[in-house]
Amino acid sequence: MNNVLGDKKAIVVLLGPALVVYTVAMLLPVFWSAGYTFLSGNAITGFTFAGFSNFEKLVTDPAVGEALWFTLRYAVVITIGQVLLGYMLSLLYVFALKRGSSLIRTLVFFPVVLPTVAVALLFQKMFEIAPQNGLVNSALNAVGLGSIDWLGDGSTAFLVIVIMDLWRSMGFYAVLLYTGLVDIPDDILESARLDGARGLHLLRHIVLPLSLPVLLSSIIFSINGTLKVFDSIVALTNGGPGSATTPLTLLMFRTSFTYGDYGYGSSIALLLTILCLVVTLFIFRSSRRDLTKD
Amino acid sequence: MTAPTALPTRASHKPLPAPQRPRTSPNKFLKRAPVQILIAILLVVEIYPLVWLFMGSFKTQDEFLNSPVWALPQNFNLDNYVEAWTTGNIATYVGNSLIATIPSLFLIVLFGVAAGFALEVLVWKGRGTVLLVFLAGIMVPGQMILLPLFSAYFQVGLTGTLWPLIITYTATGLPLTVFMMATYFRAVPREVFEAAALDGASMIRAFFSIGFPMVRNAVFTVALVQFFFIWNDLLIALTFTNNADLSTIQVGLLNFTGEFGAVQYGPLFAAICINVLGTLVLYLFLNQRVMKGLAGGAVKG
Repeated sequence: MNNVLGDKKAIVVLLGPALVVYTVAMLLPVFWSAGYTFLSGNAITGFTFAGFSNFEKLVTDPAVGEALWFTLRYAVVITIGQVLLGYMLSLLYVFALKRGSSLIRTLVFFPVVLPTVAVALLFQKMFEIAPQNGLVNSALNAVGLGSIDWLGDGSTAFLVIVIMDLWRSMGFYAVLLYTGLVDIPDDILESARLDGARGLHLLRHIVLPLSLPVLLSSIIFSINGTLKVFDSIVALTNGGPGSATTPLTLLMFRTSFTYGDYGYGSSIALLLTILCLVVTLFIFRSSRRDLTKD
Repeated sequence: MTAPTALPTRASHKPLPAPQRPRTSPNKFLKRAPVQILIAILLVVEIYPLVWLFMGSFKTQDEFLNSPVWALPQNFNLDNYVEAWTTGNIATYVGNSLIATIPSLFLIVLFGVAAGFALEVLVWKGRGTVLLVFLAGIMVPGQMILLPLFSAYFQVGLTGTLWPLIITYTATGLPLTVFMMATYFRAVPREVFEAAALDGASMIRAFFSIGFPMVRNAVFTVALVQFFFIWNDLLIALTFTNNADLSTIQVGLLNFTGEFGAVQYGPLFAAICINVLGTLVLYLFLNQRVMKGLAGGAVKG
């Protein structure tokens, strides 16, 4: 029977197209891009061999340091926010809402599917100060406070980015974690309740340990996504004011397409790729260890 | 309307069945109050920005400048929409998005499902490795493949068309699709295909007439998720469409403020609204599948 299931022709016909497209337009470019890191120049002006100079620049360039710092700060803050808010929402769905939670889940999930550019422009208008006060500043004025130039200062711009991205994504993490919570067997919760576990106690000793695997995969997913943040920042602040909210992804994009330096751009992309890989593997390994301990 | 039917069944086996001891009602009301308030706040936070956007799309420039930002529009005329759709080129952008999205989705589904079948159902040496190679693609940031692709498209002469988008979307959509489809095929018993083989069907035939129809629902879910990824993409579209005639809706929207000047509020709000409403309508029809699909894709990523 394995002869039929091992039909060579079928394997080639069915796997071939996907493998060809994936290899040509994704795998090869990854290695090609890694090759660019030793060159300087671009496809139009031509390349010259640059040795390790791109990597030397990568280490000393203050713009890279700043972008790396922003990316990490963003990834940590948003990951904590997303998973924490998502977990609280999912607990709300499961333990406080029960039957009626379907409608609420649908509504809270809304922003997840909305185009990021549209959401970012909406938030830009909401936090606007000139030529007209946006929603937030108008509300501040109404309670007697002065307007704030939210997007004009690095630290408040970061705050707006955080608010927007949490607004956009918390419904997604809520559903993700909800599916994990629903899988907790009823009889375990039941017997814990009979033993007198209530509220926070139940959460701390029963629910939290049992939802640890899905929490960990949420964290991996979140970090992986936040390290690659691009759309929302480009549309909301375009990296500004100055370069205060420029992540590595945007720095790479600018270096390559605005300044036409493919070699250096590729080095930044490589740094980003390695960052994603290391973080994912690190968390994956530590989560594996935790799981086997149980 | 899958919403009210699909999930309550899931949730209803969960709530505490046995010890629902009747409590005194005022006590219960007090206990519920914080939850109710929390939900009310949650709903306002989620929905009000969208309502505000919708209201803004009907306001005139004069209303924007002279009335409070939370005022309702004086009348609901569609001038802003007409202006965005025609002068603002939104029609062109939507058209480009459709031309780029539909072929990509078709290719992702066809190639991805076939590859998932070949990797999970068919038996051959090295299929685990190939699956891992596909899986690795999920972690690679888009930035890593932009420059080589840009050079390649330039040399092959594809710049100035929407082909770069179609090819790149197909390639970047495949890893997740292949992996998810392989997982779905794991649930289909092998005996089905062995029986087909006994009846004389080749494995290619078995895939198209048995395998593909059997995972139809999963295919639909995966396609829906990929649709949202592609439709909402900015990075790839921004890189490969340097010509305004080729811009997708996301790129067009990004440059919209530039075309109209920062102060033309009405058409801008209408343009954002067109983008948001289209997506929302699709989501409202299919929300259970979208949620499940995105969550399913995430856990595996």
